Amino acid sequence: MIRIVRKEDMTGVRAALVRFASIVAALVVSMLIVWILGYDPLRTFGAILQGSFGSKFGILNTVVIAVPLLLAALAVSVAFSMKFWNIGAEGQIVMGAFGAAAVSMNLPVGTPPVVAILLSLLAGMVGGAVWALIPGLFRAYLGTNETLFTLMMNYIAIQWVVFLRNFLWKDPAAHGFPIIATIPANAFLPKVFGIHAGWILALALAAAAYFFLRSTKLGYEIRVVGESERTARYAGMDVRRVLVLGVLISGAAAGLAGAVQLTGVTHTLSESIGGGVGFTAIIIAWLSNLNAPAIVATSFLFAALKQGAMSMELLVGSPSSLSDVVMGLVLMAALASEFFLRYRLVREQGAKGRGPLAPPEAGTDRKEGS
Amino acid sequence: MDPTGFAMMIALFLASAIRISIPLLIGTLGETLTERSGHLNLGVEGMMLLGASTGFFVAVRTQNVLLAMLAAMGGAGAGALLYALMTVTFRANQVVTGLALTIFGAGVANTLGKSVTNQSTPRNIQDLFALQPLHPDLSGVQGIPVVGPVLQFIDTAFLQHNLYVYGALVGSALLAFYLYRTHSGLHLRAVGENPAAADASGIRVVAMRYGAIVGGGMLCGLAGLYMPLVHITTWVENITGGRGWIVVALVIFVRWDPLKAILGAFLFGALEIVGFRLQAIPALSGSIFFSQYVIDMYPYAMTILVLILANVRRKKGWQGPGALGVPYFREER
Amino acid sequence: MPYLHPEQDTTERRRIDPAIEMEGISKTFGSVRANHDIRFSVRHGEIHALLGENGSGKSTLMNILSGIYMPDQGTIRLRGREVVFRSPKDSIALGIGMVHQHFKLVEPMTACDNISMGTGEGLLQARGKAVSRIREYSDRFGMPIDPDQKVSDMAVGEKQSVEIMKVLYRGADILVLDEPTAVLTPQEIEHLFAILRRMREEGASIVFISHKLNEVMDLCDRVTVLRKGETVGTVDVRDTTPRHLIEMMVGRTVDLAIERPPVGDDGICLDVHGLIVRDVMGVKKLDDVTFRLSHGEILGVAGLAGSGQKELCESIAGLLRPQSGRILFHDHDIIGRSPREIIRMGVSMSFIPEDRLGMGLVASMDIADNIMLKDYALYGGFLLDRPSARRKAQSIVERLDISTPGIFHPVRKLSGGNIQKVILGREIDLSPKLLVTAYAVRGLDINSSYTIYHLLNEQKRKGVAILYVGEDLDVLLELCDRILVLCGGRVTGIVDARTATKEDLGLMMTGLAAHGEATA
Repeated sequence: MIRIVRKEDMTGVRAALVRFASIVAALVVSMLIVWILGYDPLRTFGAILQGSFGSKFGILNTVVIAVPLLLAALAVSVAFSMKFWNIGAEGQIVMGAFGAAAVSMNLPVGTPPVVAILLSLLAGMVGGAVWALIPGLFRAYLGTNETLFTLMMNYIAIQWVVFLRNFLWKDPAAHGFPIIATIPANAFLPKVFGIHAGWILALALAAAAYFFLRSTKLGYEIRVVGESERTARYAGMDVRRVLVLGVLISGAAAGLAGAVQLTGVTHTLSESIGGGVGFTAIIIAWLSNLNAPAIVATSFLFAALKQGAMSMELLVGSPSSLSDVVMGLVLMAALASEFFLRYRLVREQGAKGRGPLAPPEAGTDRKEGS
Repeated sequence: MDPTGFAMMIALFLASAIRISIPLLIGTLGETLTERSGHLNLGVEGMMLLGASTGFFVAVRTQNVLLAMLAAMGGAGAGALLYALMTVTFRANQVVTGLALTIFGAGVANTLGKSVTNQSTPRNIQDLFALQPLHPDLSGVQGIPVVGPVLQFIDTAFLQHNLYVYGALVGSALLAFYLYRTHSGLHLRAVGENPAAADASGIRVVAMRYGAIVGGGMLCGLAGLYMPLVHITTWVENITGGRGWIVVALVIFVRWDPLKAILGAFLFGALEIVGFRLQAIPALSGSIFFSQYVIDMYPYAMTILVLILANVRRKKGWQGPGALGVPYFREER
Repeated sequence: MPYLHPEQDTTERRRIDPAIEMEGISKTFGSVRANHDIRFSVRHGEIHALLGENGSGKSTLMNILSGIYMPDQGTIRLRGREVVFRSPKDSIALGIGMVHQHFKLVEPMTACDNISMGTGEGLLQARGKAVSRIREYSDRFGMPIDPDQKVSDMAVGEKQSVEIMKVLYRGADILVLDEPTAVLTPQEIEHLFAILRRMREEGASIVFISHKLNEVMDLCDRVTVLRKGETVGTVDVRDTTPRHLIEMMVGRTVDLAIERPPVGDDGICLDVHGLIVRDVMGVKKLDDVTFRLSHGEILGVAGLAGSGQKELCESIAGLLRPQSGRILFHDHDIIGRSPREIIRMGVSMSFIPEDRLGMGLVASMDIADNIMLKDYALYGGFLLDRPSARRKAQSIVERLDISTPGIFHPVRKLSGGNIQKVILGREIDLSPKLLVTAYAVRGLDINSSYTIYHLLNEQKRKGVAILYVGEDLDVLLELCDRILVLCGGRVTGIVDARTATKEDLGLMMTGLAAHGEATA
């Protein structure tokens, strides 16, 4: 019989070792699974590294993939800091992209690019914020379960864009293909060092998120509410106000991710513009302990894995979905390592120096009456 | 349109809706079983994909339907076991673990699926699911007025289905029977409502939770298998197409009840196709509200409505198992 | 068929062997020693009271007996045989039934489901059989239960009957009742006692945990008293008096030599009148509480756990809305004001819950961040004033001698004493006019405790009015000027701390004696 016992928090080197060991274990298991699925694990992993870090193109692409992940993970981290389980980032990204598309496509011809871009990004933030606000208000005022509410909102957002694509916004110039027209070029994000300027925004937002949660009153309130709503009330905070504002910020950041993706990468709105980023971002935020600098690093690593897997498919023919296998296992291992940091397993000392469990017959004398 | 023709159209529509609702129904049964134990597993999509890929892979390789179903249950069950290990024993966050399981499951499924991409369901299995065991011979009664067409209607809508469909319906009844009529079902519900009370009554909370999560995962695997094996009869990437998430919604919508799940799955299944049919009616085509793309939002919107109503009305049973998503550890102090 | 028929052939053995013998039981949680070398034994066919103040280790001991906790050391003998419980299942299987104070019932299910849960054999539920057995016990012990009624629709007394029925149904002949009368009306209590006496006649052993001495004297055969996790002794009810039991519970008076500066004369600070607070279920948590507190005075609040202390503190801090009555702070009624307004007026409340971190501190944040919890909003702008919080934190750490690697150390990792110093240091730093502090020395060692008394006295000299909710009667008697005693939400006395004795307080706390307002 094994018992689970809480232990003192592990710190420093030992904690890092446990985390490192868990990642290594995950990689070993992934290699095993890759092998079982019929691919050469060493070649596969080599190709992933090669694809993500082996060339300038690889690194640039990694950054392009990392930008929405980073923005969305920061968005999620703000909500999670107040224990508002916003798993609706995917939908907020889509609605952000929708907002940006709606504005950019309706600006007068000849709008200066700076104005067009700023208005589009702003519209994206509004789109994401509104989409997050709906479940946020219900949670704050009615106590409706936000986990499931935000989850459902994702699919409504996605279906909304599908509807636009097939119906209202169907591009007449596409010869019947159900696609939405490209946004005007004056709303395209400019490139800086070969990558669209979203990366600057993402890094700036990371710094802002770090500063916001640490040094502003609202950020402080968000962290206190996340720890305990009781304590927050005791300190005189208006918990509902904090929840609503926090949700707005989270949604706006996710919306910005969608707007950046639209104006910087796809240039056309489609329901797959989120591409699962909203979900991966949740895991990134969680693994990074909601800490902005760690989120930057984790987003980059996850993006490298994705980019590497894509070029691996081209190079060695292993399917890029292998990256999801690796990612899933690394996540599980990281989650498990948190357990081993906080608890240890103890063999039950029950038998030591004491008699064994009295067999059920010990109760016979009381059963005789039956 | 003549009335008989119209009735036949309705009957055919009902039949299609039933067929498309089957993966939703089986998945809902699985997730209901899981959530009844107090664990919210958002990895349904991942488990359905795991089951679909492993089951279809084995089907193609062995041409044996039983082995295929066992493989589907095994693949998805293994994913569920991983989830149970993480959330029950390692106390990891249920939402995050569920999402990780979805990514992992999709990764494994799409990788494994690559090797069977251009294969179709083996002939013998296709034949098996072409059987319509309840389809009666109506040639003798066809001429009778009123009775004939009515029987014809019932036959077309409800009796021309394959074994998978009837299996799913029997499964709903069995799960309802298990939950409400057996000791073990009572214990499971108690664990999901109030694990501390169940523990104090001598019920093995951890074992019940592992059992329900893995069992629920196996059902999700069978739900996924329906897609490549019966519905599409070949493999395509992400073959479940987000049905796992509809299942998460459905479980809430039918309020964790296996019998209501039949109606709920049918409704959601019907919504999945009704728009396309309605567009064929001249009066409705072009109307936004009857566009399939708008109707596709209804299941999620209706689920949100149920969530909100559960809060507003504070009705018993609307909120789900009392301990849903709340971890339980006995010796925590 | 479960036991409850005394057998002829085993009667002889019963008389000799106790039903339960627990010896040398020790259990620690982290650094808290909940049970230390406890000895406890119960005979067949007796009702045995387990008595002790809050935190004396009763619940831990009973949780060990029911298999919820494993003891670190010690042996349990049941009917003469040594046993080890690994889970509640083991304990249930050997005929021990626990009726928890907080009912462990599945509310949306029926009485029948709750009672038969975990017992049935075979695959299918045999409702008919279960119902007839429930009926049988109902008749035998006079417990009317409708098997088909949902627990959520039941009154408190009925829920308790379901809990008792649950253990009987499992064939328990050893019943542990944890403060069973705390939630019952007098009629329900009478009814419960009749049931328990009936069970004793049938040979069952009953452990009865209660603070209410009159009930113990009325119902029980023997009493075991625990204090601070240790056994004080076991006595026969016929050979003892309530006063003697109180003495055993509270211990001899110890001279702590805490300084007591004279009361200031700056007038009334807080005037509470006719305060009534109900919880969500409508149960009165505070009933007509009236008292006055002057500047430069320490008013102690004594009472058993859950007598309304928390509700009193939270009402004053604006966290709870009283149903009626008034709370005048400097002649302004503060009922209905927001917690922040009350903080701004100069009222400081700190409540150290049993887990120490539940309210008042943010466990994962560092000391500096916790220092600004109450006053971060008092400055303008949208940024936190970190430098001044850091300075404050540094000065509090130095002044209160908080041992920590630094002010950026998370409070979760501090020891209990240092955690409490952080809270109190922060509250004092706000320069309040009224300081409400509950359980400020909970779990602290002697030295840390004295630091806290000293801090409080320092505030008192400055003219701060202090409401001190405490557990340790010795401290209350030496630190405070007057002591208000709460029992079940009612004020059973306000006494002068210079003249009152521990026994007086003990009697008032258990509702055995009421005392008028000794001083104004």
